Amino acid sequence: MTMNLLLAIAGMVVVTYGIRLSFLVFGHRLVFPPLLQRALHYVPAAVLTALIVPMALAPQGNIDLSAANAYLPGTLAAATVAFFSRQTLPAILLGFAVYGVWRWLF
Amino acid sequence: MNLNRAALLAGVRDTVPMLVGAAPFGVIFGTLAIASGIPVWAVLALSALVFAGSSQFVAVSLIGGGAALPVIWLTTFVVNLRHALYSASLLPAVRELPARWRWLLAFWLTDETYAVVEHRLRTQGVADGGAAYWLGSSLAMYLNWQLWTVAGVLLGQSVPGLAELGLDFAMVATFAAIVAPQLRQRPVLAAALAAGSVALLARHLPYKLGLMLAALAGVLAGLLAERLAASQPRGEAA
Repeated sequence: MTMNLLLAIAGMVVVTYGIRLSFLVFGHRLVFPPLLQRALHYVPAAVLTALIVPMALAPQGNIDLSAANAYLPGTLAAATVAFFSRQTLPAILLGFAVYGVWRWLF
Repeated sequence: MNLNRAALLAGVRDTVPMLVGAAPFGVIFGTLAIASGIPVWAVLALSALVFAGSSQFVAVSLIGGGAALPVIWLTTFVVNLRHALYSASLLPAVRELPARWRWLLAFWLTDETYAVVEHRLRTQGVADGGAAYWLGSSLAMYLNWQLWTVAGVLLGQSVPGLAELGLDFAMVATFAAIVAPQLRQRPVLAAALAAGSVALLARHLPYKLGLMLAALAGVLAGLLAERLAASQPRGEAA
């Protein structure tokens, strides 16, 4: 576990610092293709949604649309508040409140 | 090079709103990481050495889910690749800076610091303390992130069983709150739908490989939707 964590973090440091150094230090030898630039625009939404959906719809591994799954209403609440208000923190807190109340009810 | 202290402080001052915005995420990150069973040293190392919030969150979720090392590294690469854009955009302004300054400032390059320093560097270059201004913003963001990470770690440790309380839900809620406002843009919505569907279908693949497939599907869907939207105004058919 420790070794794996060390490797995971070391690799993340190399990758992240490498990206940040790329143009600032080695810029004269690099080009940034326009297609890649446009593709990057979709990365955050794609990665985050890919993490959210299985956790919200199948928290135990199988798709669970029953009332016992409090993740789903909680996630929908957080997403709805954020969509309309664009405020992250209130959305998280409200999502959490819905999640908590739901778990207490069912 | 002597440091322009006024510019350094101006950099700190202009970064204050970003510090406030980052604070809750630092706390949530520290708390969540502890609740997912990641040891304290590793949580602090992630903030101190990687220093890239969204990839730290994703890494905690991946490590907790038993992802393979290459998946963790590749995801980090994909999530942080936007920093290369910032790196490229700042280069013309900072060509005259000594290499050691560029090596140093690159380490602290974040969305927030980029947003703060980009305008000044683009319009005035590194003259009149531009580098000190950048350094001030960088240091402020860095120390702020460490401070709130520690606060989150302490919170996570002082409330044992946070995971059972549903703190793992906090991660889902945080991600949902970040993504939802972006869904107003049609191509982003397409990207999210594709990524979410593929992730759901591929959730049983080992080592969290489904995440990579989903990210790829999402990006392709986004690009495709963008192309379709661009071709529509020309009105081939109604």
